[in-house]
Amino acid sequence: MINSILAVSLNLITGYTGQLSLGHATFMGLGAYAATLFTLKLHFPFLAALIAGALVAAFFGFIIGVPTLRLKGDYLAIATLGFGEITKNILMNLKITGGPMGLRGIPKVTNVYIAAVALFLVIFSLNRIMNSRVGKSFIAIREDELAAEAMGINTTQFKILAFIIGAFYAGLAGGLYAFLFRYINPKDFGFMKSIEILCMVVLGGMGNTYGAVLGAFIITILPELLRSVSPVIAQYRMVFYGLLLVIMMIVRPQGIMSAQALEKKKYKSSLEKGGL
Amino acid sequence: MLKLENVVAHYGNIQALSGISLEVSEGEIATIIGANGAGKTTTLKTICSLISPTSGKIYFQGKDITGRPTYEIVEAGISMVPEGRRVFPRMTVLENLQLGAYLNKNRQQVKSYLEEVFTLFPVLKSRAKQVAGTLSGGEQQMLAIGRALMAKPKLLLLDEPSMGLAPKIVESIFDIITKINCEGTTILLVEQNAGMALSIANKGYVLETGKIVMSDTAENLLENEKVKTAYLGE
Repeated sequence: MINSILAVSLNLITGYTGQLSLGHATFMGLGAYAATLFTLKLHFPFLAALIAGALVAAFFGFIIGVPTLRLKGDYLAIATLGFGEITKNILMNLKITGGPMGLRGIPKVTNVYIAAVALFLVIFSLNRIMNSRVGKSFIAIREDELAAEAMGINTTQFKILAFIIGAFYAGLAGGLYAFLFRYINPKDFGFMKSIEILCMVVLGGMGNTYGAVLGAFIITILPELLRSVSPVIAQYRMVFYGLLLVIMMIVRPQGIMSAQALEKKKYKSSLEKGGL
Repeated sequence: MLKLENVVAHYGNIQALSGISLEVSEGEIATIIGANGAGKTTTLKTICSLISPTSGKIYFQGKDITGRPTYEIVEAGISMVPEGRRVFPRMTVLENLQLGAYLNKNRQQVKSYLEEVFTLFPVLKSRAKQVAGTLSGGEQQMLAIGRALMAKPKLLLLDEPSMGLAPKIVESIFDIITKINCEGTTILLVEQNAGMALSIANKGYVLETGKIVMSDTAENLLENEKVKTAYLGE
């Protein structure tokens, strides 16, 4: 379920707004570290630490978003990738983050109910966003950035906003993760994790929130199921992700659930409301 | 209404416009004709601030709008129909139109503008639910024009509305442009199809490699020998 939150939050950036980010796990890591440190050093209660962690991640989303979102496509992907590696190395070398040893002794608070409530809140708020003017602007930017700008949409501002919101949710997921596993380490939030999240989004369907949730469940549960068949498969799961992505691109590039599946439903309410 | 003074624009190191001055008066249809790469599209993009000019001034209704962000220019009353239509392909016709009125937060008003666009283009009403990418080229052009009209512009910039369309559809699009103008919207039309453009315009500018080489009333340009041989193929 934590993975679902990650997938849903990346889906906002990549699926809806069309900005390819390869550093999404970094925001999760920042949220996890921030939430942990707020608890261990400042004795924040669980909920406050979680939100503080998410806010820290959102803040970094802003910091990263301002310079990088002037870049397009491949360049943005490389910049976010670089940012992820830099953050990982900083976390590995700072004393306060425990360096490569990571942080331990985090209280276990997260359970399946808390994660479910968080996922529900994230999906609910995202749906509200996507049905608003802001959400329509995100999609318009994905569809045609120049035309969106010509309509009077401030595209840079909205791309940064998508990054901030996406980073906020990823930070939230990171906090939940820290309070579940009770131990965090910079390697947990590296490039491989970012790719894993991207796989979930692509598998489930870009630009479809429920697709992202479905993709997350499949990517999370499938290796566990296969592990019981043969431990070798779990070891080679990165190979499996790569293969899965290639097959998906050939067979069903729009993902299991496509973005259009949602469009029809929205039409009627949209007509009644008049404007955006 | 719109005035460009010595506008120079670059793409990187390449100069696309070398000092363009032109004027569009309220209520008229002005047209810029010229060959590929003459700088027609660049001129429109510069007016909308999608490209910022290197030097020169742009005035709209007496106010200096040079280098203002695009959303302020749209708010001031300039809408553009971009070259090649550029509708949002995976959004419905209705959503495309609603995005046209993006800056207008008055829902009742948007609804009435929507009705006006549907009256002008009945085909869009029957296809409102359809995803824009599945429309025909002519319908997409109508949608692009409708989308720009949703902002209730005082000045409408049209970039190559005839591009890639069958002659019969081009004719009906040009009829509609005349109709929009009669209802009070000033139009600046950029076209390669010089004959069509001059036939509906009041005034024309001929653009060659980033410079205005001729400007006159549309009737005079249609009679001009140089224009005839270079652009009208006679």
